[in-house]
Amino acid sequence: MNLVELQDVSKNFGALKVTDAVSFAVPKGQALGIIGPNGAGKSTLFNLITGNFAPDAGRVTFLGQDVTRRPAMDRVRMGVGRSFQIPQPFEGLTVYENLAVAASFGRGRSEAAVTQDCIRILEDTELLRLANTQAGALSLLDRKRLELARAMATGPELLLLDEIAGGLTEGECQALIATIKRLHAQGMTIIWIEHVLHALTAVVERLLVLDFGRVIGIGAPDAIMASKEVREIYLGIEA
Amino acid sequence: MIWVDTIVQGILLGGLYALFAAGLSLVFGIMRLVNLAHGDLIIFAAFAILLITSTFGLNPFVAALIAAPVMFVLGWALQRFVLNRVLGKDILPPLLVTFGLSVALQNGMLEAFSADSQRIPAGPLESASVDLGIVTVGWMPLLTFATAIAVIIGLNQIFYRTALGRAFRATSDDPVTASLMGIAPKGIFAIATGLAMVVVTIAALYLGMRANFDPSIGPARLIYAFEAVIIGGLGSLWGTLAGGIIIGVAQTLGAAINPEWQILAGHIAFLVVLLVRPRGLFPRAVD
Repeated sequence: MNLVELQDVSKNFGALKVTDAVSFAVPKGQALGIIGPNGAGKSTLFNLITGNFAPDAGRVTFLGQDVTRRPAMDRVRMGVGRSFQIPQPFEGLTVYENLAVAASFGRGRSEAAVTQDCIRILEDTELLRLANTQAGALSLLDRKRLELARAMATGPELLLLDEIAGGLTEGECQALIATIKRLHAQGMTIIWIEHVLHALTAVVERLLVLDFGRVIGIGAPDAIMASKEVREIYLGIEA
Repeated sequence: MIWVDTIVQGILLGGLYALFAAGLSLVFGIMRLVNLAHGDLIIFAAFAILLITSTFGLNPFVAALIAAPVMFVLGWALQRFVLNRVLGKDILPPLLVTFGLSVALQNGMLEAFSADSQRIPAGPLESASVDLGIVTVGWMPLLTFATAIAVIIGLNQIFYRTALGRAFRATSDDPVTASLMGIAPKGIFAIATGLAMVVVTIAALYLGMRANFDPSIGPARLIYAFEAVIIGGLGSLWGTLAGGIIIGVAQTLGAAINPEWQILAGHIAFLVVLLVRPRGLFPRAVD
């Protein structure tokens, strides 16, 4: 079953086509990586899936339902979780409270269940020791972990990761990959935008290449990286 | 001894001002909305309590218990159907709307209740006092002050100990991100204004029992509330209490020197604090 599906989705900002008839589907339990040069429309694609932008044409389906016109909040409740490229924690709240906010709303859950979930996610993302630290005081790696943890706390069916490995040292990056791998192994469906290629290929089963808002390739990472067109456009290598 | 007495009376008066200000502080803290009709809403709630006591012959405290949920619903509806539509990057539209609401409320109350000065009868409590050794204080001011502290503790419990409070703080921090966590910011704002109206009802109860009121005095009460909030540092409730106490003490000291100086002394204290600490005594770290 396809968890999420885009059919001929287009989005224009004025005369600029940032998403041009994009179609792809992600089956439940799969991890899809998205690569492409800066300005290729990768983050816009996420905004179309989360509902922050409404497409000018096309259809977005999630869990078998047409969600093209559903607001972002509904989609969060349906199970679209997202981490941001630039971490946006609630700075005045503690790490635990950041998660609790994400875990509480729209699902009418008891405080005890919320606490239990949050502690498990904090353990998974190695943030437990920082549970009572104000989010505004975290280091970059911990902010990235908090982004991941908070997206997890919304109880997602689909996890959207936006350049979560960017700006990390190699060691930090490996730690984060291990965490994401573990989540994926537990059955989480993931769409991951990333410039750090080896981080992506360590986790995802398929890669999608985006350029000027168009899909120019989708398939197994090896096949994609071997394709002449992708190498020219994305890696700038003369084949 | 007279000075100790004056200062104690001033501190207790500060409790009343803190009650005026707590609702204003709450709404500003969560949605950066300055409600210019806050004072008139207090007077409106006072008339509501008076109406309930006189119609059903009830004790004012019981009447306030009945008025509070009604005010909550009014506040919720006011936010949901009016104020949410004008909240945005520009701070002018909500100011204009609440200013208009203030004018409309004053005239509506004038029509409904006339310009006569009123008071909520509180029976023997009005003049009862207790001897504390050095000073004798009235039960009413003491009760007002205790209520102000209870209200602030209660609001802080809600803010820091409940899921609703986390939603208040998260929405105040970043409404867009909050909506991605499944929170509906506009719904949260409506609950916050409803809660502020419950605090307004409590403020109205004590205002109405302690002093005469008529439809036109709302804006004057608003000034004290503003000053208390600003002295305290925007959005901090204990700061608001401190602000109320500073104004209260300044007023009673001023009055002790010369009765004509009471109001002026409070405003001067406000200006001095602004001069020394422009962001208030307990400003929030992030703003």
